[in-house]
Amino acid sequence: MTELLTKTPPIPSFDDEAETQRKLCLICSKGSLDMAYPGLILANAALGEGVETHIFFTFWGFDIINKKTMNNLKFTAVGNPATHMPNMVMGLPGMTAVATHMMKKQIEGIDVPEVPEFLDLITGAGGHLWACRMSADMMHLGKDDLYDGVEGIINASEFIELSEGAQVIFV
Amino acid sequence: MPVTTLAGRDLHVDEEGFLTEYDEWDEELAKVLAANIGIDLTDAHMRVIHFLRDDYRATGQTPTLRRCTNAGGFATKELFDLFPKKPAKKMSYIAGLTKPVGCV
Repeated sequence: MTELLTKTPPIPSFDDEAETQRKLCLICSKGSLDMAYPGLILANAALGEGVETHIFFTFWGFDIINKKTMNNLKFTAVGNPATHMPNMVMGLPGMTAVATHMMKKQIEGIDVPEVPEFLDLITGAGGHLWACRMSADMMHLGKDDLYDGVEGIINASEFIELSEGAQVIFV
Repeated sequence: MPVTTLAGRDLHVDEEGFLTEYDEWDEELAKVLAANIGIDLTDAHMRVIHFLRDDYRATGQTPTLRRCTNAGGFATKELFDLFPKKPAKKMSYIAGLTKPVGCV
């Protein structure tokens, strides 16, 4: 092993100016268990890097913040060739429950929290959660029906204003 | 692996400055490392740092933020207050450990 002697100790630059001004907006539009996680994991990672982070929940993504469904997101292998399972079999009654159970066990196995706890983690880290106005109206849901950490129900224009200068990721 | 001198001793660090040898760390050094990144260590900080050190010894991995809240019992918000903006990296730097590998 070659050892390099440096006189000045390297110090990690944690508060780099350019980095701390970074802003991320995630749009979560899907409500299945497997599609809930990408947005939540990225949001959590961004917050851990000191990036201002907003998540906008729209359409099926509402299931992630709807108190009635957030504990009970499902996963189906039907129509998903990446599972390498035959659709005919995965479409049988009860198979969605089986697939969901298996995925939840895998997620738990690597110590990743369930959806509601993940939202606690994100809001605890200073993340901002927003619900889509049109989806709320369509589904007849008010702020009381939604996860308590949701800051408000905003329309598309308000989201566009909010995301000014941000990197936007659509999930 | 670069060797550097900090607080009057030779230390093994990676390119970014994180210590790579578990046993080269002590509380005195923690104060110097914390000062390097603008943190004034208090007892509250040290409780977290000691959890990191103990957990690393037990598991062989630097705990992620999630593990600090779950297994260590520290609230996420508390960690962000103590180690602003980038808690996981700042904590591991002060604790003389490498950065956590996990995603959550």
